[in-house]
Amino acid sequence: MRYSREFKEAFKVSIPVMMGYTVLGFAFGLLLVSFDYPWYLALIMSIFIYAGALQFLAIGFFTAKAGLFDIAISSIFVNIRQSFYGLSVLKKFKKTGWMKPYLIFGLTDENYGLLTTIEANDQLSKKHYYFYLALLNQSYWVFGSVMGAIFGSMITFNTQGLEFSLTALFVVLAIEQYKKSKRFLPFIIGALSAILAMISVSSNNMLIVSIVLALVAMLLLKKRIENAGN
Amino acid sequence: MQGIELYLAILVMAVANYFTRVFPFLFYAKKEPPSVVLYIEKFFPPIIMTILIFYSLNQVELSEFSYGSYELLSILFILFLHLRFNNYLVSIIAGTLFYMGLVQYF
Repeated sequence: MRYSREFKEAFKVSIPVMMGYTVLGFAFGLLLVSFDYPWYLALIMSIFIYAGALQFLAIGFFTAKAGLFDIAISSIFVNIRQSFYGLSVLKKFKKTGWMKPYLIFGLTDENYGLLTTIEANDQLSKKHYYFYLALLNQSYWVFGSVMGAIFGSMITFNTQGLEFSLTALFVVLAIEQYKKSKRFLPFIIGALSAILAMISVSSNNMLIVSIVLALVAMLLLKKRIENAGN
Repeated sequence: MQGIELYLAILVMAVANYFTRVFPFLFYAKKEPPSVVLYIEKFFPPIIMTILIFYSLNQVELSEFSYGSYELLSILFILFLHLRFNNYLVSIIAGTLFYMGLVQYF
C-alpha cells in the first residue's frame, strides 16, 4: 500500500473516534429501522450526509413529513457550528489537490477536534495523512450505523422510548456548548423561542419559527450576550 | 415519507450539510468574515441545541400521564451522568435506557 506510514499514523490517531462513532452510529441505525425504514437507508445516509445530530434529526423529518425548504434551513442551522471549523483548517487544507473536497466533507466535530489538537508528524505526507484520517473516521460511522440497522431489522424487541436517544444527544451537546461559552443567556433564548413557537404555531412549523425567533432575539441582545460571562 | 420524497430529503440534507462545511473555504479563504457572522457562529450553537431538545419532545402530551415527568426525570439523569462521568456515550445510552425503562414498565 502506498503511504502506509500515513495510514498507520491516521489509524492510531483515529482510535478514540472509532469507539464513539461505532456506538453512536449503531444507535442511529437501530432508531432508523425501529420506524420501519430499510437498513440500506442507514448506509446511504451515513455515506452522503455524514453528520450525527442531523441524521438523528432526519428520522424526525421523515416521520413528520417535513417540507424540503424547512429541512434545508433547519439542517444549515443545526450544523452552523461546522461553518466555523473551516476557518482554522484553511491553511492545513491548502495544496491538498483532489482530496480537498473530501477533506472538507469529513470535517465533523470529532475530525476537526483531531486535526486541531494533534500535530501530524513532519516526515509524513500531510495530505495523505488527513485523507486517511477522514476516511477512517467516516468508515467507523458507516460501519456502526449499518450494523445497528441490520441488528435492528433482525431482532425484535420493545423499542418504545428509543426515540429519546435524540433528546439525550441534544442534552449532551447542549452541556458541551455550555462548557465552551460559559453563558446561560443563549440557553434561555433557545428555551423561550422554542416554547413561544410551540404554543403559537403548529408542530410542523415549530422548528423553523423557533430558529427565526432566536435569531431575532440574538441580534437584539448582541451586546448582552457578548459581554456576559467575561 | 416514502420513495422519492425520502431520497429528495436525504439529498437536501447532504447538500445543506456540505454547504456548512465548505462555507468558509468559499467565502473566507481571502478575507476575514464580518463580525456578525462570527457572532452567530459562536453563540447560535447553544441556542439551537436547546431548541432541538424542545423539538425532539414536541410529541409529549403534558396533559396526560405522566405529564412530562418521565422526560424531565430522564433529562436530569443525563445532566447528572454527563457532569459526573463526562462521557457522552455513557450519558446517551444510560439516559435512553433509563427513559425506556420508565415508559415501558411504569
